[in-house]
Amino acid sequence: MIRYAHFIPLLPLAAYFINIAVGRRLPRKGDWVSLGAIGIGLAISIGIFHEVFQAYDPNFKYHVVFPWLDLGGRFVLKAGILIDNVTAVMLVVVCTVSFLVHLFSVGYMHGDPRYSRFFAYLSIFSFSMLGLVLSDSFFFIYIFWELVGLSSYLLIGFWFEKKSAADACKKAFVVNRVGDFGFLLGFLLLFATTGVVGYDEVFQAIREGKIEGTLLTLAGIGIFCGAIGKSAQFPLHVWLPDAMEGPTPVSALIHAATMVAAGVYLVGRVYPIFTPDAFLVIAYIGLITLFISATIALAATDIKKVLAYSTCSQLGYMIMGLGVGGYTAGLAHLTTHAAFKACLFLGSGSVIHAVHTQEITEMGGLWKKMKITAVTFIVATLAIAGVPGFSGFYSKDMILGAALEFGMRNPQHILLFAGALFTAGLTAFYMFRLVILTFFGKPRDHHKYDHAHESPANMWVPLVILAGLSFSFWYSGWFGTLVQKPASAIPVVSAAAHGGVPAAAAAHPAPGATHGAAGVHESAPQAKPHEPASAPPAGEHGAEASHDAHLAHTAHRYAMFSSVGVGTLGIALAFVVYWFGWIDPEKVASSCRPVHTFLRNKWYFDELYEATVIGGTKALSRAMGWFDNNVVDGLVNLVAQIGVWVSWLIGKFDNYVVDGAVNGVADVTIGSGSFFRRFQTGKLYHYVYVLAGGVIIIYLVKVF
Amino acid sequence: MSLEKLLVISAALFCCGLYAILTRRNAVAVLMGVELVLNAASINFVAFSHYVSRVIGGQIFAIFVIVLAAAEAAVALAIFLRLYATTGTVEVDTADHLKG
Repeated sequence: MIRYAHFIPLLPLAAYFINIAVGRRLPRKGDWVSLGAIGIGLAISIGIFHEVFQAYDPNFKYHVVFPWLDLGGRFVLKAGILIDNVTAVMLVVVCTVSFLVHLFSVGYMHGDPRYSRFFAYLSIFSFSMLGLVLSDSFFFIYIFWELVGLSSYLLIGFWFEKKSAADACKKAFVVNRVGDFGFLLGFLLLFATTGVVGYDEVFQAIREGKIEGTLLTLAGIGIFCGAIGKSAQFPLHVWLPDAMEGPTPVSALIHAATMVAAGVYLVGRVYPIFTPDAFLVIAYIGLITLFISATIALAATDIKKVLAYSTCSQLGYMIMGLGVGGYTAGLAHLTTHAAFKACLFLGSGSVIHAVHTQEITEMGGLWKKMKITAVTFIVATLAIAGVPGFSGFYSKDMILGAALEFGMRNPQHILLFAGALFTAGLTAFYMFRLVILTFFGKPRDHHKYDHAHESPANMWVPLVILAGLSFSFWYSGWFGTLVQKPASAIPVVSAAAHGGVPAAAAAHPAPGATHGAAGVHESAPQAKPHEPASAPPAGEHGAEASHDAHLAHTAHRYAMFSSVGVGTLGIALAFVVYWFGWIDPEKVASSCRPVHTFLRNKWYFDELYEATVIGGTKALSRAMGWFDNNVVDGLVNLVAQIGVWVSWLIGKFDNYVVDGAVNGVADVTIGSGSFFRRFQTGKLYHYVYVLAGGVIIIYLVKVF
Repeated sequence: MSLEKLLVISAALFCCGLYAILTRRNAVAVLMGVELVLNAASINFVAFSHYVSRVIGGQIFAIFVIVLAAAEAAVALAIFLRLYATTGTVEVDTADHLKG
């Protein structure tokens, strides 16, 4: 099955071309082409995953390379497909979500005038994303990275007649470009120093010390900038909530499960190049993002905006998890989040489809009308809130555990854990607020309530499937074994300072008593790649490993208890406020009006950027415009003016000197002609006089 | 008779001819002056032929000149007739059409 891996991205690409060219003339407007392409892709992905699962080898790797561009033998650019365990998991995640979104769109986009084009865009997006997942070098991941950016631009702006959608897609594209620029710089820095683009080759070059120290940190942060853009991390998170202007399936596909996950995937993919400093930057960026977004979600009233900010927040968790060394934790959260967030988004799409509004203040009581949507939505909410037994608990707990472990080792960074833990409570609170306001209580808008109805089967079937995938038993166990942190490529000397910390954390598959034993067992082989030949004696090493495992175990136990406690607190608070109404949210809002306004205005990030970046750009443009108008144009006009003057002078010269010379020649000719004509009298004897005179003169000349 | 005397006669004859050409206004008189100049030249040819070169060529040339003068007179008189027919006179002053 793995032989057919290249079909996974190529089929959607073919579907894109078919749909964009002849989609409208096909039966059913060509939706089955895209659906079939991604369906086959999903089948192949599952087949590949099955093979990988059968092998059950943490170091599984399938790598096909072929030369793509031969620059005269000096440099050969190779294209290739790299499939390891992470790729296999990501393929299934992306294909599953993409397939279900395709299926959902058949119902949701029904009757849209650009129906076939929508499916074409979905296909090109799937192609880009799958290509990104499968690529084996920085060069190709960058190409697909930009393709993802392009196709997200097309999808977000699909309803470009709406000004807000047109603005949102531009904003998404431009903000992403900012991050992509960092990515490009980081990639070029690596390329300039190592001269290779393949992941493995770059890692090898780093091991050989071709790039190290600050430069490597900068390269890592540069590449992480790409992830900041795509994964909507602070300070480039502003595009994601606006991008909710796209059709809801697009929000589910791009902003929940795949595109934003690309950044996390990238960080995971190039994990070995990051230095400890770079990791610290990553962790804090994640922390800032997860906290800010969660607080904004508290005050938002648009169902999709709440979900968008919760996406930002969860992505912050993933990034922070990766930053503190929880490689497995970050990627596990990526996987579980893809399922439950897609479920939430499609569920919100189902709700919007039913009531034709996105404001949760106009909903309420929908439980009675849309039982399937409500149940799936609640399951996904339980998952994101981190309730035990659901997938979000499993993965978020690993992240919290990794953060706590990092904090225990480096007490000055305990804030990472504290912030993440506090935000876990916030997450539970705002998600349950959303659920209660949407599905329970009395209907607040009877007109809309009366028109609400359950969505058709092709819309709720994906919901049910995704809700089913929101339980933790799908992930626990194998994930921690198969997805293990790759050895850092940083040479031992510098790795030793940081080395041990993430090693044990990553190997720890799941917290709690049931997996504790496995965690101890697995951390021992995991630590090995960090300390090659020059490692300390075996006994010392073993003791250290067991100490690490013990620390990790403790950290994860505390993290689990505290996260369950905080989560319960958040849920309880949501019930107290919105279900029982013991606390009036209006009163709370009015009593801390400045905070509420601050949150409602999303921390004034848009205004801040408007004032600084955009305003600065505009001011710069105006200055440039002034310079252009006055200095450059002045210079050009001056040159032109000088030209006019010179021409005037030359014209005078031409008129008087040159023409004067010409006329003078003519005048002289005329004058001399009229002078000499007097000698031509026509009288014969005059000529004879001259003749005779001439003879006499010749005679005289001869004589004297 | 010596060469010098012949040359003096010839020069006198030439001067008479030239004088006639320069002073006379009547075209026929001018033509007669031209005849005198030609005859002066012929005398020179014959004289030099007899006294200097000792070959008959110069004398033959004189005969040619006489023939030529006859032809010239015929042509010139024909021109004068046409001139008289056009202008009613043979005064050379009136025949100044080639004036620049």
